[in-house]
Amino acid sequence: MSGQVTMVTGRKKRGGGIALSGLAWIVGTLFVLPVLWMVLTSFHAEEDAAKNPPDLAAPLTLDGYRSFFDTGPWPSIANSLTASILSTLLVILLAFPAAYALSIKPVKKWTDVLFFFLSTKMLPVVAGLLPIYLFAQFTGLLDNIWLLIVLYTSMNLPIAVWMLRSFLAEVPVEILEAASVDGAGLVRTLRSVVAPVVTPGIASAALICFIFSWNELLFARVLTGTVAQTAPVFLTGFVTSQGLFLAKVCAASLVVSLPVLIAGFAAQDKLVQGLSLGAVK
Amino acid sequence: MSVDTQARPGGRHAAVPPGSQSTMLRKTGDWARRAPLLPALIFMIIVTQLPFVVTIITSFMDWNAYYPDERGFAGIDNFRRVLTDANTRQAILVTILLTAAVVLISLLLGLGIALLLDRKFRGRGVVRTMMITPFLVVPVAAALLWKHALYNPEYGLFNGVLTWIFGDSAPQPDWISNQPLWSVIFALVWQWTPFMMLILLAGLQSRPLDVIEAAGIDGASQWDIFRYMTLPHLRQYLELSALLGSIYVVQNFDAVFTITSGGLGTANLPYTIYQTFYTAHDYGRASAAGVIVVIGTIVIATLALRSVSTLFKEEGR
Repeated sequence: MSGQVTMVTGRKKRGGGIALSGLAWIVGTLFVLPVLWMVLTSFHAEEDAAKNPPDLAAPLTLDGYRSFFDTGPWPSIANSLTASILSTLLVILLAFPAAYALSIKPVKKWTDVLFFFLSTKMLPVVAGLLPIYLFAQFTGLLDNIWLLIVLYTSMNLPIAVWMLRSFLAEVPVEILEAASVDGAGLVRTLRSVVAPVVTPGIASAALICFIFSWNELLFARVLTGTVAQTAPVFLTGFVTSQGLFLAKVCAASLVVSLPVLIAGFAAQDKLVQGLSLGAVK
Repeated sequence: MSVDTQARPGGRHAAVPPGSQSTMLRKTGDWARRAPLLPALIFMIIVTQLPFVVTIITSFMDWNAYYPDERGFAGIDNFRRVLTDANTRQAILVTILLTAAVVLISLLLGLGIALLLDRKFRGRGVVRTMMITPFLVVPVAAALLWKHALYNPEYGLFNGVLTWIFGDSAPQPDWISNQPLWSVIFALVWQWTPFMMLILLAGLQSRPLDVIEAAGIDGASQWDIFRYMTLPHLRQYLELSALLGSIYVVQNFDAVFTITSGGLGTANLPYTIYQTFYTAHDYGRASAAGVIVVIGTIVIATLALRSVSTLFKEEGR
């Protein structure tokens, strides 16, 4: 009798489990569907892409990509790469020593410093935009990629400092002291004790900084023109409709998103650490 | 966190005997500690604080690039004009609505999906990857995708699906014109739900499982476990993701700029300030609006920061 009861509840539980798994699959599919739609449309001819109802089985073509690359996006993609990579390097170079001074050998009032860094993230970008624009106009730095590199560095530095600090805080004090007793110099201590703990942190911070710089629009839109414009600024050329251009828009959106998609998929766990400023490991 | 401050520097300074030489030593030691911090700190002050000081000064000035001769001190005129202007008040309202709706909806959806993904099932990794995808689409590209490929009344997917289901007599609403603000909100919810989900899922997976199993064995129901164990544990993660989400959504420019170009009553504060300065060249007024945004953000952030500091306190060592 009792065996029968457990069998029934067991089956019921498994049925509920399958329903929940099915629900998870449905929700996941719904969320990825717009992206899949974008991929499929980008490979359709413009006439097929504009069909209503949509024609899923329309023949595939690279025309959308061809007409997108004909508009000359490469300089803006190169600018985006330059700005994102160089600012990320600069961020790590500045953030690592700072995080060291906030965790391994902490300065006095280090929590205040840490929260100062975070508070700059809450200062709306738009509030500093005008002085920066006037400064750039005055110094001739308008439409110069280095201005964006500096601004993206300031945008991402707080994130990197917070993350790296939370990783450095995990370096065991005893090992550091043992290393200094053994006469290990700063460089050796950094390399053999600190580096193994903090390297994953640097990777997460770099990933997030790269993504945020790559995505940035407001600064780039206001401060660059024809020379230094970035890929997101190039995309704003597609804001107003231009007749049959859906396949081209989808191809453009996909190409510009590709670096972020690849980096994000390759390092999903790093993404979580980075997004939570290192609070979640 | 507080334990940490006392334990470390205290331990190092305790051995130093009192005396003038040791104070000097300690002072050089302090500077040696500060040195690695300075480049980052000075960089941040110059690039983020200095411009803001200029913004404050400009906000009290009469300064329109179209009328360079009329530049001068304006007192609180800009603030009066900004605060009595119907457009700005509308923009403030839109910013609050947009941020609250996007953060709340994506937080709730993110929580539900995180709970779904916290169970073991076939293809969990695949579903997680699918869920993350929207967040990895460049914001402008995502906004273009929603505007042209989904919302468009003639060839968008939404109306395409309606035609599929209902045939030729299907309703073909113009989504963006009918519901401009909700069009922006949904596109943003789609991008921010994965963000919330990722942080909450990490929070769920850091639960002490043995305690939860014990509670289950002791006869606690699933709901009780969720209500009295999971939710309190998740609280700080909910706060963290809401805070970070708000920081980014309050400043959203890309979606408003792309989907509605600030039209149809969807202009939020960042977009309005961008317009005042970039199109109207009214520098004084744009600065005053900027100062108001910052004051508003500081008020909210001070409240929010308190909750985040508790999270990092419990992180412990």
